[in-house]
Amino acid sequence: MNAFLEALLIATVIITVLMTVTAWALWFERKFAARMQSRLGPTMVGKSGLLQPVADLLKLLQKEDILTTHADGLLFNLAPVLAAGAAIGAAAVVPFAPNIVGANLDLGVLFLLAIGAVTVLPVFAAGWGSNNKFALLGGMRAIAQSISYEVPLLLAALVPVILAGSMNLGEIVEYQSKHGWFFAWPFFLGIPAFVLFLLAMLAEANRIPFDIPEAESELVAGVTTEYTGMKFALFYMAEYVHTLVASAVAAALFLGGWDGPFAPGLHWMVAKTLALFVGVYWVRWTLLRFRSDQLMRIAWYFLVPTGVALVAGTAVWVVWRS
Amino acid sequence: MVIESPLLAFLIVAFAVAGSMLVGAKLLRVRAKHSSPLKPTTYECGESPAGPAWVRFHARYYVVALFFVVFDIEAAFLFPWALVVREAGTAGLVAVFSFVAVLMVGWLWAVKKGALRWQ
Repeated sequence: MNAFLEALLIATVIITVLMTVTAWALWFERKFAARMQSRLGPTMVGKSGLLQPVADLLKLLQKEDILTTHADGLLFNLAPVLAAGAAIGAAAVVPFAPNIVGANLDLGVLFLLAIGAVTVLPVFAAGWGSNNKFALLGGMRAIAQSISYEVPLLLAALVPVILAGSMNLGEIVEYQSKHGWFFAWPFFLGIPAFVLFLLAMLAEANRIPFDIPEAESELVAGVTTEYTGMKFALFYMAEYVHTLVASAVAAALFLGGWDGPFAPGLHWMVAKTLALFVGVYWVRWTLLRFRSDQLMRIAWYFLVPTGVALVAGTAVWVVWRS
Repeated sequence: MVIESPLLAFLIVAFAVAGSMLVGAKLLRVRAKHSSPLKPTTYECGESPAGPAWVRFHARYYVVALFFVVFDIEAAFLFPWALVVREAGTAGLVAVFSFVAVLMVGWLWAVKKGALRWQ
């Protein structure tokens, strides 16, 4: 029982840190976006608006909880909890430092891909349960997008798995600290696979330029149209946690995770994760949104064959070198 | 303890956090003093909703869904092999490549037919 209690404790610490980072990531994104558009962003609550996330949370906690008359109550209420829970749960196998990991699974990569694919179900449940046409369209689009980008994501994640010969994220990072980051060597496989992984990850987390499921200029707010208060906040949070965890996974798979000179492993992991996270924001506030059909065409005509070619190239490389 | 217990612990905490946020909101929320029959109606740009959203709907990616299943199963076969690429060697390469080649011929055919295009 002691081991289980210890695991509970570690999980609580990791999740608390994750949620705190997420809260201030919201503040950071608003500031960052504002600066990119020559605005000031939040300034009023606390010094340079630093307490804005707290104010937002308090506001959302008090909002009235509205369940529309024609909605499916069970699905409607369950969806936000599932979305947030699955997004946070994905962090379980991410190695933040050699000995800081929620669950050191041998099938870590597989678990990540599985729970990443699960996150689309609550989104569709929300769309269907709302009984709202905008929400349903958003849910439909989310499923189409998720199943299309799942395939390139799987293929891109296979490249480091083949190179390291392991699905344990910790072992993949260790392999990279011995033989060089996959981003640097073999760079002709590592860099394209990294880019492919990032693109598919953006699409899985419904970030711009792939945020067609909640395109606010055409679908009001997509699946979250009917949600108020804390339930809306849970969906919003799930999206940010998903992006954060995906950045951490990309850092572990391709950028050598905790490996780096001069500083403790945890610092390197956090620095790499946050750098990728900021990159995602940068993309979001720079690019436009793709149309639904363009989105599918990119995945099936371009990303899938690229992924297959990358996996084949990696396998040939590994066999040839051994 | 079973091997999965750290994962189980993590998932328990993750869902507890998400659930407790909803419960907290339930306790703290402000209740409206007046209710109106219009408030809980489905949002449709301010008009009264024209029928339910649960209607037959053309999912335009039926073929894409089929292809997803095909490629997902391909990935399920590739993952065990990915762990033993070195040990499997050239024989493994030939076996896996012929399997993937058959799939990619199917993909090429679908592209030629325009099956993956938005209909």
